[in-house]
Amino acid sequence: MFAIGLALAASAARAQLQIEITGATEKRTPVAIAPFAGEAALGPTAISSIVRADLERSGLFRALELPPLNPTPTEASTVNYPEWRSRLADALVVGSVSSRPDGRYEARFRLHDVVKQTALGGIAYTMTKDQVRATAHRIADFVYEKLTGDKGVFSTRIAYVVKRGNRYELQIADADGEGAETALASFEPIISPAWSPDGRRLAYVSFENKKPVVYVHSLLDGKRNVAANFRGSNSAPAWSPDGKTLAVTLSREGGSQIFLLNPDGSNVKRITTSSAIDTEPRYSPDGKWLYFTSDRGGTPQIYRMPPTGGEPQRVTFEGSYNVSPRPSPDGKQLAYITRNSGKFQVALQDLENRQVQIITDSDRDESPSFAPNGRMILLATVIGGRGLLSAVSADGRFKQRLSAATGGDVREPAWGPFIE
Amino acid sequence: MRAYYSPILVTIAIAALIAGCSTTNPEGTDASGAPVTDATKKPGAGAQTGPIAKIDVTKPGAVTGADPRLKTGALAQRSIYYDLDQFDVKDQYRSLVEAHAKYLRENPSAKILIQGNTDERGSREYNVGLGQRRSDGVKKMLVLLGARDNQIESVSLGEEKPQADGHDESAWSKNRRSDILYSGEY
Repeated sequence: MFAIGLALAASAARAQLQIEITGATEKRTPVAIAPFAGEAALGPTAISSIVRADLERSGLFRALELPPLNPTPTEASTVNYPEWRSRLADALVVGSVSSRPDGRYEARFRLHDVVKQTALGGIAYTMTKDQVRATAHRIADFVYEKLTGDKGVFSTRIAYVVKRGNRYELQIADADGEGAETALASFEPIISPAWSPDGRRLAYVSFENKKPVVYVHSLLDGKRNVAANFRGSNSAPAWSPDGKTLAVTLSREGGSQIFLLNPDGSNVKRITTSSAIDTEPRYSPDGKWLYFTSDRGGTPQIYRMPPTGGEPQRVTFEGSYNVSPRPSPDGKQLAYITRNSGKFQVALQDLENRQVQIITDSDRDESPSFAPNGRMILLATVIGGRGLLSAVSADGRFKQRLSAATGGDVREPAWGPFIE
Repeated sequence: MRAYYSPILVTIAIAALIAGCSTTNPEGTDASGAPVTDATKKPGAGAQTGPIAKIDVTKPGAVTGADPRLKTGALAQRSIYYDLDQFDVKDQYRSLVEAHAKYLRENPSAKILIQGNTDERGSREYNVGLGQRRSDGVKKMLVLLGARDNQIESVSLGEEKPQADGHDESAWSKNRRSDILYSGEY
């Protein structure tokens, strides 16, 4: 069976993933996002509506329904703060779009703190029509960061696998599910996509050779190399924080053990030495630890060890099945999958005080992936017999479901890094 | 000439030929130099005088009659099934493994791929590890029975290629398996 490696080419403009919001955080900041003056010039999807949808999807904001505003305010308008306060807004976004002589457009916005009655800043962007979504995401990132103190993830991308019948596709979409592009199409399964820290490459496992093989795929030109195709199985790739090393699970020396190698497949070094299954390696963000799943104690639990070698320490102690370790971006927490009364759910452990909280109440959760700001976790689950993705806030309160718009099962999500 | 006879008949034909050589050729041997009937010029003349049947032990079925390409017979059974969380070869599958081991022993150039599989529950990557344990177990038994290590590659498909699509024990029990594939099948 052959697989087609493709460079990311602009493909269908329609959303490939549909998003449905379920659940809500207790306190959502009410924000007024006024239509931008002149935004109709950019096309049918209003830039202000994309900003609105982004902020709502974060679970931390409630976009207010606004009456018609005559005239439409812009970033240059004097703001009547008490009037906006009476509309129950805590914050206000206003802006405008104008055309430039060179055929491009200028989008400007300003963010106001209605409570403190002060402007918090604004930016002007030079853009083309096909950059509407990207520009809106940057505006939403700015608003999010000013109002929460955390970096927004609206400009990030997600990778995932869609299975339709006997066809598998590794796709990459914007964090809101739009603009999906196919990096790999195959008649055999694809699992474990892993973003390089610079967001330019994906490592993944493909079964196109009737056995698992690790590839490293360059997203810009669609070229890929085999990183590991040793005798036996090759799987579970994970990038070191500096992007120079891949940790993988290989069975070439018997069993399933963790090795380090260069992304080009050279310089292979074994680092676990057990007769158990040691797999699912994940680096901590500071590079000091390699977390992994091992059943050396009888059932699968999570351990960690220095990537340079050393005695692993056990990390999970509650329950008999703990797998898929994912350190949070700030290194303070560990997300993983735990089997709780027969149900596979997402657990979050505070690495300092060891407290564990189960943050989902579904049944067949897999493959948790932190957003790069640590505020949301994307995971695969099955609802109504269908594979789809779920995004849950780190406290478990806010949830969304992302399903394949054109049918099929979605699985194996991986949230991409911040792109500077 | 390719032998189309079954191994038993071939063996009898050889024995007959050998027996024939040790007694007087019924077509007549003339010590004075009269020509001996050239049996090779009479194809299909019979077991005693026919052409020498060639035995080609590099071809499947030459020795044991077993051919992995056949849909029936000793090598047609290719799958070993497992209980939950188990990876040892249950007694009921030992004769299956022995048949494949015998074939590998007797056909040193033959190679196989063993793919281990799991049911769908749990982490996909941990299931790749569990499937590997299963295929490794089959390989180990084959090697103990005389197959050579370099004839066998053991890999895992984890939960990714189920035989049955359901979400209950009836389907799961069909998916916890190792499959044996011969060259040309992978």
